[in-house]
This record gives sequence, structure tokens and C-alpha cells, in this order.
Amino acid sequence: MSVTRTGPLPSGPEAEYDVVVVGAGVVGCAIARALARHPLRVALVEAASDVGDGTSKANTAILHTGFDAAPGTLEARLVREGHRLLGAFAGEAGIPVEPLGALLVAWDEQQRAALPRLAEKADRNGHRTTRLLSADELRLREPHLGPGALAALAVPGESVICPWTTTLAYATQAVRSGVDLHLDCRVEKVRTGDPWHRLVTRRGVLRTRHLVNACGLHADAFDALLDRRDFTVTPRRGQLLVFDKFARDLVRHILLPVPGPLGKGVLVSPTVYGNVMLGPTAEDLDDKTATGTTAVGLAGLREQGGRIVPALLDEEVTAVYAGLRAATGQEDYRCAAHPALRYVTVGGIRSTGLSASLALAEHVLGLLADCGLEPGPERPLAPVRMPNLGEAFPRPYRDAELIAREPEFGMIVCHCERVTRGEIRAAYASDIPPAGPDGLRRRTRARGGRCQGHFCGAEVRALSEEYGKGAR
Amino acid sequence: MNRAVDVLVVGAGPAGLAAAARLAAAGAGRVEVLERERAAGGVPRHCGHPGFGADHRGRPLDGPGYARRALRAALRSGAVVRTGVSATGWAGPLSLDVTAPTGLERIRAKAVVLATGARERPRSARLVPGTRPAGVLTTGELQQTVGSFGAGGEDVRGRLGRRAVVVGGEPVARHAVRTLRAAGVETAAVVTELPCAAHGFGAVPVLTRTAVVELLGRGRLTGVAVRGRDGVTSVLRCDTVVFTGDWIPDHELARARGLALAPGTRGPVTDGAYRTAEPGLFAVGNLLRGVEPAQVAAAEGRAVADAVLDLLAGRPRPTAGVPVLTAGPLRWVTPGLLGPAAVPLLVRPDRRLARPLLTVTQDGSALRRERLRGDQAPWRSVRLGPEWTSGVDPAGGPVVVGAEEYAS
Repeated sequence: MSVTRTGPLPSGPEAEYDVVVVGAGVVGCAIARALARHPLRVALVEAASDVGDGTSKANTAILHTGFDAAPGTLEARLVREGHRLLGAFAGEAGIPVEPLGALLVAWDEQQRAALPRLAEKADRNGHRTTRLLSADELRLREPHLGPGALAALAVPGESVICPWTTTLAYATQAVRSGVDLHLDCRVEKVRTGDPWHRLVTRRGVLRTRHLVNACGLHADAFDALLDRRDFTVTPRRGQLLVFDKFARDLVRHILLPVPGPLGKGVLVSPTVYGNVMLGPTAEDLDDKTATGTTAVGLAGLREQGGRIVPALLDEEVTAVYAGLRAATGQEDYRCAAHPALRYVTVGGIRSTGLSASLALAEHVLGLLADCGLEPGPERPLAPVRMPNLGEAFPRPYRDAELIAREPEFGMIVCHCERVTRGEIRAAYASDIPPAGPDGLRRRTRARGGRCQGHFCGAEVRALSEEYGKGAR
Repeated sequence: MNRAVDVLVVGAGPAGLAAAARLAAAGAGRVEVLERERAAGGVPRHCGHPGFGADHRGRPLDGPGYARRALRAALRSGAVVRTGVSATGWAGPLSLDVTAPTGLERIRAKAVVLATGARERPRSARLVPGTRPAGVLTTGELQQTVGSFGAGGEDVRGRLGRRAVVVGGEPVARHAVRTLRAAGVETAAVVTELPCAAHGFGAVPVLTRTAVVELLGRGRLTGVAVRGRDGVTSVLRCDTVVFTGDWIPDHELARARGLALAPGTRGPVTDGAYRTAEPGLFAVGNLLRGVEPAQVAAAEGRAVADAVLDLLAGRPRPTAGVPVLTAGPLRWVTPGLLGPAAVPLLVRPDRRLARPLLTVTQDGSALRRERLRGDQAPWRSVRLGPEWTSGVDPAGGPVVVGAEEYAS
């Protein structure tokens, strides 16, 4: 097992793999982890300097049940299974999850009329616990909703989750179980062959018998390296606003919009870090790097959010960001086995990749078997327990025993998010250390709070440099 | 560990240290100051420029000198100042949960003085669109970065960049420009939405009535898009942008305790003696309204001691008083409640006002009219003396402070 970020890739037999997974987003990491249960040589290869550095880091952080998926699709099945699998794994691995449940709030007659149909659809997707709420019942559950909420569909099981910890937990478990992770390693060419495909990267050549495309937004471009042109990925931008923790008491459930002819609308949701999130926009773009926010987008979100929970707008905004979903113009995933190429494409995962990730990984194992992979016997994965970033679970700064053992966990550095020196040190000593300040934030929440580094930025940076020296 | 003290002060900036110094000197018993940073002194620690009064020989003090003196005064009078210790939440009305390297504590006090200061709004809170590159910071982070990595030389330039844009036209923007210069970073421009800026930017171009509309660059900042007074958008090339001013009280503990915030200041409402609505809980300094000079914050720290000593001596709490509100082109006024004691008001203009007439009224009748000389800038508060406060009807409606601009 190894994690590399710089220098030439291993060569000779060291660079020969049974399976290479390209793309270390939440889906690629889940696939690598699933493969790690078998006696296979597996590499996970990523162009960016960290795992989960694309769509997986900038989403709505919701673990969906799949109640509203199109019944009968692959997506519907995998989200439903993935929800169950990830819920169980989160408990084992220490990924913060809060099963708050969702409320689909109807704001006009048309939306109210749509609720029973949505309940039926949920039934067909195997979710039989939804319940229609009257305006009064809704108000009791969500007293801070704006005027005009007519009714709602309650969907138990919809949960908020930490997307960063999830991806990192998969990758960590994969690495501990023997997977090689090569970061900063963009695949530039694929020379297909038998028995070896050759992957040409800036850092050297890897040879593999089987290949998995988990490139997300770039899945079509990677397909093209193997002369496959089955679909085109259109980036759909979602801008999001994260409100101050003072807003957390205003929202108790995940407040989902009722989809209608005028678009999907935006959601208001608590986060596991104790904030409230508002978004996303849905803008179809051409540029797969356009992760910037816009004045029009942010103003639109505030306008919509102000109608859903008016008091939200009185609170400060802690963060603004945008992510790109990988849309393909088809209302389902685009997963395909190409047996002649010993190649599997996992494309069009749109906006449910986090929820479906573990089930997708199992599905991909099946597709690899269709391509002739003989995985061999299963063995248990190396255990993993992630540092907790969630407010609903104990954090180090309140852990008397831990502080008595290691006083660094009693030294709060990032005051807004209560991140201690010990946690920053641990992040750099972990299996997959951060590559920069953003990676550190995703592992610890350092600098992610309302001051955005005003108080702590210089010290967090000094500590990163101190601890980072040994890590790289 | 459960402990009890007489007075617990949260925050060892100018206000907190001054409060502790006077309380300890006045025999308030065990006076303990909790400071979450590794050193006491607050914001002045990072301000390497004069403007912090003078020492006993009349020599001008810079921020660090001022901070050292304030700490010395608190320690000499017998206060306990603990650094690297964080008050993380309330365990009771006057009881705080505390995290320290030595372990967890629950500290109960007879009086708690909140002096938690203020922060500059970062880019996200200002809703500036664009990418999220490195090289985006506030004056506070800039000053601390220069402080911890040393001014000048490749060490700090490598971390800050080479060419900066400074956002904001208040005096704090001038400090940002000077700090950048000392670190060897050129300032391409100062950008402010205000129609006029503070003086003293030297040769640095100051673009007034200009807004930052987008941050550009991936990985590292490459520029900021600005829209000028003519409505035209252009790009200023830079690898660093410093957002200055736009202060907001760091009011987490105040809000967690359920204290009402004044809409203008976003700080907890107090009376003229810095009592909050909760018995035994006081608030002073920049927590009340964002940044005032250190000497103003320290004066509030000294002043709160009277009310704290009254409480410790068991003297009855005076009636709450009437609310004080603003009308017209004024952003805020403190204190938010006016009781029987004669206290001055601090009033902040919302924009530049030419020779304004300040008016104080209650239930429609005038209590005070005062014509101010010269222009009043929106980054400087106006002190309104207490002579008129005896006319306030304690059973009447809100006291309203307004401003009328001079019409020639």
C-alpha cells in the first residue's frame, strides 16, 4: 500500500495492476475499496492532488433514500441500496450522519396536488413510510417556515452526511487494505492491449489488465481515450450558500422543493457541521472548470431562501461555493461494461453519487466480472475509524480523557469550528495527508467557520507547514 | 473540573484587560481573564503602528507596546490572565464550559464580563462571487501572517504574493496597505464603494464608488473584477486581495446566552453601565459594535467595573431604562438602553455627513440638538456628551437619536 503525490510512478512489476480505477471521487474511492476486499493488485489514480477534490467536495451533503428516483432505473435501485449500505458503514467508520428526514414543502396548489403522486412514486421505489402533512402539522414541525406553506410530504430516512469524511474513509480503507493511491497523476493516454493496457501519465506509465473510468465530469473525455463516444457530459453548476451556525435552530429537517414545471427549486438543509445550507442552482454550462459563483446565482438563492425560511437572511453567510454535477441528458446512470476492452465506464452519476456510492461499487464489481475479472476470495477490509467532524457526535475539544492523554487536543486553534492543534497534527499524520489548506479544511474543518481565517488563518498555516513537512 | 471565581472576564483585549485591572485593584476577589489566543493583548498585538496613546514618559505607543502595558497593568493589580484557554459554551447562567490544554473546566462566577471583540467580515460573508482561490484574506489574517512569518523577505512574500488589491476605504485599509508594503507586497489599488476614502494611502490609487464584483483565478488568485462609478467592469491583476473593515461583533457567547442583539450594531444590548439583560452578565468593548480605538474599548472596560462592584456588594440593580434608537443617516448608537445614570452616547454616521445636526428626542419632544463641526466620516463615531440625559423620562418611550445634514 502506498500513497504518492510526486516523483516517478513505480516501474516493473510494481506498476502492474489487476485493476486501475481512474478518478478518486466518492465513486472511484468506493470502487477501489470494494476491490480491496479481494486479493487483487489495485491502483486508484487521480489527476488532482487530493481525493474527493471535484464534484464530491461541493454538493448538497445529503444521503438520499432515492424515494423520488425514476422507478425501475439503475439509479433508483443503487440509491436505495447505497442509502442502506452507507448508513451502516457510516456508523462503523465514524462518518457523521444525522437522519433528520426530509419535508417536501408545497407552496402553491399545483405543488400540493403533486404530493400524493410523489408519495405513490416513493411507494414504487420501496419507501412506504412517507406521510402527507397539513399546513398546521407542517408548522408545528418547522415553526420558522415562511408564510404560504400549504402542505408537505414527510420522507423519513433522508439524512445529512459529511461528504468529505465519506470519500476519505473509502480511500483510507482502500489504501490500508493494499490499494495504491497515485494523486497528482493525470492519465494522458491509454494504449489498449492484451494482456496489459498502458496508462500514460505525467509521472510514468502504469500497466493494468482491467480499467475503470470513474472520472465524473470527465468520463466522456476519458472514454474518448479508448475511442468510446457513448455520451457527452454536460456540467450542471450548483451554487450553494452556507449560513452561520446561528441559523441551525431555524431548520429541523431537510426542506426539499417539490419538483414542478418551473424547475426543481432549491433546498434548505442543516449540515452535520451545524450550519444551514441553501441551494443549489442548476445551470447547464460548457466549461467543466466553471466552479465559480455568480452575483445572479447568489442573489437568486437568497431570494428563494428568504421565502422558505425568512429569518435565514438575518444570519451571516459563512461560505459560498459551487459544484458541477455530471449530467448526460439521460435520466439514469451510464454504467457500461466493455468486455473486449476489459473496461468499465461509470458515467452520468449526476447528483446522487454520494448516496449510491457503495451500491455502485458492488455493481461495478459485477461489470468487471462481465469483463473477465476473477476477483478471487473475499477477505475483511482493514478497519477504519475517521476523526469526527459532526456536531451531533463528540468532538475532541470536549473529550477530557483525550486531552489528559494528549494536551494538544485541548488547544483550540480554529476558534469558530473548535478545531484543535491535535486534530491538525493527526490530519498530517493520517494515511492520506492533506495537500493544502483546502484539504486540511475537509479533514478537520479548520478555517471553515464564520471568520474564514481572520483569527486563525496565520496559525493554521504555520501548523500546516510544521506538520506537513514530515508528511510529504 | 469545577471551579468558582468572583469575576470571569472572557477576552484579554484592551476592554477585558482594563476591566480586570480595575476590578482586581478594587478588591473584587479572584478576577480571572480567559484568552483563547496564545498571547493576551487582543487586536493591538498585531498593529505595528502608532496611535495607541503614549507611555508614562509621553513616548507614542504602538499596538504591541500598548498590549504589553495593558497586560502588565492587569497582572500587577492581581488579575489572573490565562491564555490558550477557550470558553466554549454556557453551563448555567454565570457558568462557562472551558477547554484548555490542562483539561476541561466548568467555571462559575458571580459576574461574567464578555469582551470577545469583533472580526472583519470575510469575502464569503460579503457575498463576493467568483472562484475560491488562495490569496484571499482579511486585515486580521494579513497582520498575523506578517507577524508570525516576519515582515519582508521571501518567507512572507511567498505566502502573501507580490501584488495586492485592498478592499475598503477606512483607516484599517491604510494599515493593510502599510503592512503589505512592509512585507514587500505592492498594492495595486485600494477599492471602496464609499464616495470618499480615508487619507494617507500615498501613491496607491484609490478607486472610490467601486465594487469588487468577482474574484478570478484557480489555485491562486489572478485578479479581481471591479465595477467603477461609470458602471464599467474591469480587471485588476493581483495575487492577493485583502478585505478590510466591515466589522461584526464576535458575539457567539452573547447569543448563546440568549442576549438580544441591537439591529444596528449586531452586538448585545447593554445599559450605560454595560449591564446586559441577564443579571450578572456584562458586555464591553468591540463586542458591542465592531471596532473603536483601543482606548475607547479600554475606557469601557474600566467603566464596567462600577456596575460589577455594585453587583458583588449586593447593591440593587437599577431599572433597565428606556431603549435608545437611531433615525436618519446613522448606523448605530450605544448604549442601547438609557437608565438613570448620566452616560455619553456613541453614534456612528451611516455615510459622510457635512456639519450634521444631531437631535435627541423622546416621545416627540427634543432633549438635545447639537450641531457638529466639519465633516463626519462613516468610520468614526461621534461622542454625544451626557449633559442632557437628566431630561429623559424613565417611564417614557424610546430615546431617538437622529441627524440632519447641514443645508447651506
